[in-house]
Amino acid sequence: MRTIEILASGALLALAFGCSQPAPAATEQPAAPTAAAPTVAPPAAEPAKADKGPIKIGILHSLSGTMAISETSLKDVALMAIEEINDKGGLLGRKLQPVVVDPASNWPLFAEKARELLTKEKVAVVFGCWTSVSRKSVLPVFEELNGLLFYPVQYEGEESSYNVFYTGAAPNQQAIPAVEYLMSKEGGGAKRFVLLGTDYVYPRTTNKILRYFLQSKGIADADIMEKYTPFGHSDYQTIVADVKKFATGKRTAVISTINGDSNVPFYKELGNQGVKAEELPVVAFSVGEEELRGIDTKPLVGQLAAWNYFMSIDNQVNKAFIAKWMAYVKKNNLPGGDKRVTNDPMEATYTGINMWAQAVAQAGTTEVDAVRQAVGGQTFNTPSGFVEEMDAKNHHLHKPVYIGEVQANGQFQIVWKTEGPIRAMPWSPYVPDSAKKVADWTYPWMCGNCTEPKVAAK
Amino acid sequence: MSCARNGAQAWLTQESAVSQSVRRVILVLLEVGWLLSSTLPAAHAQQEPLGAVAAKLGADDHDTLQAAIEALGARSEPAALRMLEALRDGNLRVDGSGAVLVRDGKSGAWLDALTGKPAAAAGAGLKTPLVNNALRRTLSPTIAQLQLRSTDPAVRLAAAEELAKASDDKLVPAMRAALKREIDPSVRKLLRLSLAQIDLTSPDPRHRLSAIAAMRDSGEVSFKTQLAALLEKTADGKFREPDATVRGAAGGALNSIEHQELLTRVVRDLFYGLSLGSVLLLAALGLAITFGLMRVINMAHGEMLMLGAYATYVAQLVFQKYAPAALNWYLALAVPLAFATCMLVGMLLERSVIRFLYGRPLETLLATWGISLMLIQTVRLIFGAQNVSVANPDWLSGGIEPMTGVVLPYNRLATIGFVTAVVSLLAFVLNRTRLGLSVRAITQNRAMASCMGIPTARIDMLTFGLGSGIAGLGGVALSQLGNVGPELGQLYVVDSFMVVVVGGVGKVVGSVVAALGLGEVNKLLEPFAGAVLGKILVLVFVVLFIQRRPQGLFALKGRAAEN
Repeated sequence: MRTIEILASGALLALAFGCSQPAPAATEQPAAPTAAAPTVAPPAAEPAKADKGPIKIGILHSLSGTMAISETSLKDVALMAIEEINDKGGLLGRKLQPVVVDPASNWPLFAEKARELLTKEKVAVVFGCWTSVSRKSVLPVFEELNGLLFYPVQYEGEESSYNVFYTGAAPNQQAIPAVEYLMSKEGGGAKRFVLLGTDYVYPRTTNKILRYFLQSKGIADADIMEKYTPFGHSDYQTIVADVKKFATGKRTAVISTINGDSNVPFYKELGNQGVKAEELPVVAFSVGEEELRGIDTKPLVGQLAAWNYFMSIDNQVNKAFIAKWMAYVKKNNLPGGDKRVTNDPMEATYTGINMWAQAVAQAGTTEVDAVRQAVGGQTFNTPSGFVEEMDAKNHHLHKPVYIGEVQANGQFQIVWKTEGPIRAMPWSPYVPDSAKKVADWTYPWMCGNCTEPKVAAK
Repeated sequence: MSCARNGAQAWLTQESAVSQSVRRVILVLLEVGWLLSSTLPAAHAQQEPLGAVAAKLGADDHDTLQAAIEALGARSEPAALRMLEALRDGNLRVDGSGAVLVRDGKSGAWLDALTGKPAAAAGAGLKTPLVNNALRRTLSPTIAQLQLRSTDPAVRLAAAEELAKASDDKLVPAMRAALKREIDPSVRKLLRLSLAQIDLTSPDPRHRLSAIAAMRDSGEVSFKTQLAALLEKTADGKFREPDATVRGAAGGALNSIEHQELLTRVVRDLFYGLSLGSVLLLAALGLAITFGLMRVINMAHGEMLMLGAYATYVAQLVFQKYAPAALNWYLALAVPLAFATCMLVGMLLERSVIRFLYGRPLETLLATWGISLMLIQTVRLIFGAQNVSVANPDWLSGGIEPMTGVVLPYNRLATIGFVTAVVSLLAFVLNRTRLGLSVRAITQNRAMASCMGIPTARIDMLTFGLGSGIAGLGGVALSQLGNVGPELGQLYVVDSFMVVVVGGVGKVVGSVVAALGLGEVNKLLEPFAGAVLGKILVLVFVVLFIQRRPQGLFALKGRAAEN
């Protein structure tokens, strides 16, 4: 009897730590193009040194584990963009060669794999990461080895690294406009807010910023309810009942930073308890087209999401982007087939790769310091319908903001958008501690989180 | 002079005669106009016909659309309501010429919105107006206000409920008019309640008193702020409510509502605990057999749940393809399919792997864990890494509200009913059948049971199959509550082990008590501690409990318990 107890607790332990499965060590190198003779004339600037082989590009996205659902399509779209550049003749007369590694949704492994990409594979640039934890994990590696990372996902801000370009939204490019919309007449004129999230760094930080923002708009603390649930939480009865009770008396809106999987039980519970989107709108920051693919969308219709890109945006660039993606899916026979969709982080990945390619062409080298200088100020005509610019100072993209309502077909109907791209503010002006900080990588600041210029101080 | 006066008088009378006749003509004209507009079908009328208003539903900008909805709300024709309802349900199309078609909810046929007659074949260029939240906020009360004229009291009741939620000053006249002609007591009560919020600011203290009484009777938490406001003092120290009697009534009503709220809370949390307990139990029941009775540390238990959920998905696909009309009843196929699939997989595992490992718990643990990884990967290869969408049948969506503030969702009620049925079935199999007798005999003393001629190998296989099959049934229920993906099982396997260990290994009844107990403890803690801390506290409690009582709640007695 006693042995069984011990074994049972052993089993529990094994499970708890079992999640950190050993990752497949093999490095997958798809279709390495043989360094063929350059098909286009080399650019005016002579390539530095004896760089004759293909340019290696690291792709650092989880292809197994919990994040595989979201990150796999980023790897796919990155390969598509690289193939597209190669079809046009490559860069600097050299082909691009993707190096795909699988950090398996395991945060420390992200750092290991990043180091492997930079030291062993000697990649020119890395496109990767999704969760903020994984980004925080690789950050020291990129800074130590002077690598270059393009990070494609909306995040909580409060960061700016010399070695990272952020092509996803900072809070003022997603969360803040969404709350402003909810407070507007069109959005329902909410006077009371529920901040609901999964318990980890992104929701906690975003909600901290939002709380300061709401306070600055005259919303009292009594009108803000902040709740967190563990990862994988699936019983939202109590929370929905509490939200309903809290919502009596004043127009209320829910701001959800609930992580991927838990969204389904949450929305189902809302539907079952008779909460309608027009009475109690829920705006989500991590529910996009890809997440809706595996969901019965009936209970979600009318709920909101804020992003910088939706697949339903109607313009020529986006149409071409979607057509390219669908053709790529078909050609490579990717799972999901014609049900595959495009989403915001995919668009950001695509934009990032193209901006990097432009910068390399302009710099005439893949050398990190030169490319970094050239990436700042690059512009690209993105599928979001605007020409977006990479801010040379804070390394973030200027992005437009869209708010969409979920429709029964899993797409979004756009109900609100900004006039044009907005400049990112990585340090939120609403949080007293970070309001003073400046992210400016140009002379004389040369700093991501300083309150006074670094160079002038000397 | 007199002549002149007479003349003037004559002129005056004449003038008044003229003006009278003019007035009469105008009246007649008006009457004709009124007759025209009310008798002739609006489509044929010359001025602002219903058709012209309706055609605006095809507008692209939301302001025009909103104005059209409001204009339709002011019309009394049944076609107006028909169009608004179709617009809300996404069953309305506008063609290029501005003609409006609605789809009949039942037959799915397209009807002309104005006449209600079947429309000619719906051609190309049909436009679906896009309805967003801002429009729905106008649409719902507008429809409700029109529905107050319905002859069906149930429709009127639903409409009154909708209006009570909207609490828009613009709707007050319509509600007052409806209250006057309303005869149904429950609709009257609701309408009064909606009006009470406005009457609370009435200058007449009697109106205020009756409004407070209506609020008190309703027990709605939402009135608390308004009632509390009456008892507040303004800056100069005076009460906001001048009348002491009204203040007293408001205080009483506030107390009564708060009392009601506490009761609601207790009932609510107990139900939620029961519901969470039933989910835990469904997840753990299969394990209660494979681990509880057979002592196999079955790490692949979660994957049996997952296979059950995928069987549900397959059943849904089959119905979508071959019997779309009966899609609402796909669960009838899912239950046997899930049971059969998981039972077969379970028996196969037992024969091929587990039977060689009896009595070697560590190896079993590792082997079943490996099997679980293989099953996950197999499902990934067949169905893809993405979650699949399993829709709740319509009869499982929504819920009932037996008392104010307590919603019992149908899917939760169904889960409780389902788990009761499964537990009864299991109890029957274990206690009343020959298989059950053999299982119990083997659990107590394998060697002796074997000597008595019980085919232990075959019974082991069947028992493992039964446990896996029951896990499959759990998977069916879980698919109705959350995600269905390859990693579904990982979420539940820890909880399942927790339930079985707390309940006492070897006793199914222990799992039942432990699951319900853990569910209640979790849900009673959650409102105070929050979801994250609540879960941690439950785990701490379980660890302490196992320290004090390692054999669990219900221990096996007798010699069997010694080994």
